[in-house]
Amino acid sequence: MAVTHGTPGAEHPVAVVRLEGIEKSFFGIPVLRGVDLSLHAGEVHALVGENGAGKSTLLKVLAGVHRPDAGRIVVRDEEVSFAAPRDAQASGIVIIHQEFTLLEHRTVAENVFLGREPVRRGQVDRRAMETETRRLLDWLGEDGIEPGTSVARLSVARKQVVEIVKALSADARVLAMDEPTAALADNEIELLYGLVRRLRDRGIAILYVSHRMREVFDLSSRITVLKDGAFVTCAPTADLDAEQVVRHMVGRPLEALYPERASHPGAVRIALRGAGNERVRNLTFDVRAGEVVGLAGLQGSGRSAVARAIWGVEPFTTGTVELDGVPTRVTGPRTAVRKGIGYVTEDRKGEGLALRQSVRDNTLLVRRAACRGAEARHDADLARLLGSVAVVARSPHQEVRYLSGGNQQKVVLGKWLAVRPRVLIVDEPTRGVDVGAKQALYRLLRELADDGMAIIMISSELPELIGMSDRILVMREGALAGELPAGADEETVMALATGHGAAA
Amino acid sequence: MSAVREQVRRRSEAPARARMFVITPVLVVYLALAVLLVVGSVLVGVQGGVLLDHGGILNILTRGTVLGLVAIGQTLVIVTGSLDLSVAYLIGLCSLVAAETMAGSPAMIVPGVLAALVVAAAVGLVNGLVITVLKANAFIATLGVALVLRGYLEHNYTGPAGSVPRAFQHIGYDRIGPVPVAALLMLLLAAAAWWYLRRTRAGYHMYAVGGDVDVARLSGVRTGRTIVTAHVLCAVMAGLAGVFLAGRLGSGAPYVGTDAGYDLESIAAVVLGGTALAGGRGGVAGTIGGVLILSTLDTIFDDLAMDSFFKDVVRGVVLIVAVALYARSRTAGRSA
Repeated sequence: MAVTHGTPGAEHPVAVVRLEGIEKSFFGIPVLRGVDLSLHAGEVHALVGENGAGKSTLLKVLAGVHRPDAGRIVVRDEEVSFAAPRDAQASGIVIIHQEFTLLEHRTVAENVFLGREPVRRGQVDRRAMETETRRLLDWLGEDGIEPGTSVARLSVARKQVVEIVKALSADARVLAMDEPTAALADNEIELLYGLVRRLRDRGIAILYVSHRMREVFDLSSRITVLKDGAFVTCAPTADLDAEQVVRHMVGRPLEALYPERASHPGAVRIALRGAGNERVRNLTFDVRAGEVVGLAGLQGSGRSAVARAIWGVEPFTTGTVELDGVPTRVTGPRTAVRKGIGYVTEDRKGEGLALRQSVRDNTLLVRRAACRGAEARHDADLARLLGSVAVVARSPHQEVRYLSGGNQQKVVLGKWLAVRPRVLIVDEPTRGVDVGAKQALYRLLRELADDGMAIIMISSELPELIGMSDRILVMREGALAGELPAGADEETVMALATGHGAAA
Repeated sequence: MSAVREQVRRRSEAPARARMFVITPVLVVYLALAVLLVVGSVLVGVQGGVLLDHGGILNILTRGTVLGLVAIGQTLVIVTGSLDLSVAYLIGLCSLVAAETMAGSPAMIVPGVLAALVVAAAVGLVNGLVITVLKANAFIATLGVALVLRGYLEHNYTGPAGSVPRAFQHIGYDRIGPVPVAALLMLLLAAAAWWYLRRTRAGYHMYAVGGDVDVARLSGVRTGRTIVTAHVLCAVMAGLAGVFLAGRLGSGAPYVGTDAGYDLESIAAVVLGGTALAGGRGGVAGTIGGVLILSTLDTIFDDLAMDSFFKDVVRGVVLIVAVALYARSRTAGRSA
């Protein structure tokens, strides 16, 4: 069970794992074309590339899920071949997935030792499990987690820690983390940073897969870029900047990631006057036709609560809401849809899509639910709808779970466009979406605004919020902390959001 | 999503104080049982009877014995995320196998019991394999096996058959004070099942498979084997129930299991005991509480001479209220 300590910062780093010339194709389509990757003990190695660049396939080759068609896997100078994830684990390679592999209703220790429970005199040695879990948690400097707590009671960030401890208890030397921050709140990301650095300092090799440039630059010592299944470059992070990395990823400079802002916003579409409920209070603001208004704030500041209130999931209990000048009470999502309010939720897979249903059924879902009779059955404009959001799918009958993140998000948008909303709220619209698809989504949102829709955009990625918004409303502790014009800088937004107003 | 996350975080910040007051389903079940006993005693007392006299206790425990045996096995499969609808016919089949093998001869008692249990284990194995190898949904798989058993019973039997020697009939009637020996044996098996689920690796893996079969598989648990084991154990418990009933009746009876509705009744007891029908949560302690609640209800109804229609209505309402309460406490646990 012991975790061997590596030699951090050694002069001649040893490759714990080397992938050489990995090739893999599915149904004759090459997905990986001769990729090299080496991971050293005690380094954080970032792996970046657009969706479809082959990152996840490479991860799966590393984890023993897929066998490469060609190329070598070398673990500590010994060529190996993995027939199953079990083999990779035996070689000390574990993947920390975006979706956790934890049992909610079992304790931390039970999860850590799942499938490898120590047995003493015919029964599971619970004390040994808890002691070893405690030891590993201490080793990581995570003393806030009790081995006997049920996992359901832990925050997402702590679940991630448990997932990592589970890997370490299986003697992992290489941790591949797939978009580890995707499910984390802003303040939890800092905790993850600390954890990753501690793992690194203790000699673990970390492969860090992320779309977020900031994380890549904050954490990694080397960056490997993939594009279209091919190895583009591997260089020390210090020798690169974000722009270069993005250029390597997309193969072209990304000019004008954000479309032009609105020139002449129209009439007020939605107006809140002193609106509030249990979670937010005293909200007064307008959003005009043609505007994209950004809603900024820390996680927990009530950003999403505003959206949920406007959309009627947790309706406002005080104040008034006017839609196109008409006082309106939205008592539930159904009335919201009827009144022309759309809500693209943060949790695309959980709340936005019926994953096992077709692109067509998902797109028509809201219309079928909200309209009656012939209108509900009306689907002649399906092609136009899907075309307007530029969904790339094999056919309208393809199940949406097979689409990429960006295309799934377009289907969600298409679903709302089918009922022509007047107000559209988008919550974290580009989470888990690659750079190219982000750009397409930004354009699409801007076009919708230009067509007269009022758009409220929530995002924890400040560059995106600032790049897209005509105005930025900043939330703090359930109330509006202030309003900023287009192009405000990140520091000003953060100052308002945190309440440390010196900079503002 | 984010709302839930915030709330979860808020909860996890004050766990130490909250843990002292955790109201587990098991506690709720036994509290409910206590309340039921008090209310029942009062109701029966008003009519001039006594609920918990010698006969009353005997009645409750005797009723609970067979249901308890079946429900213990049912708990194992439900915790594993499965379900067994074939137990009722299996009970009938095993009572016949035992009684016919014994054929009135005391020397054949042990072979008779073993034969019944082997048949039961075989049926459980079929259940488990249909679910894991043929990937049939547990509900349909065990319903199918139940139909096969029914076909066999209907074709070969019209009524009771076989004969149980007097020596074995004692198992059905012997008692210590008001406590039937069989009820003690049932409770002993319940304790063994509790230990198995809570203390052994196999039990841990049942919770894991019921909690999330993919997680269990990715963590190296042999999920198929775990499901098959649960089904075999469940069937063996149903087999024991059949053997016991044969002992009480003096012969085997094809419909002894279905007449009492032990298939749905056992699932009801398990759910009443706080085990999640989806699997991964719960246990035998709650199930025994659920069994006692159901058998106490029946005894109260008998003492009050209530008509059977009303009985079923009350039982149905109790079940729905219980499940609704659990669902409520779970959502509250998630968001408060």
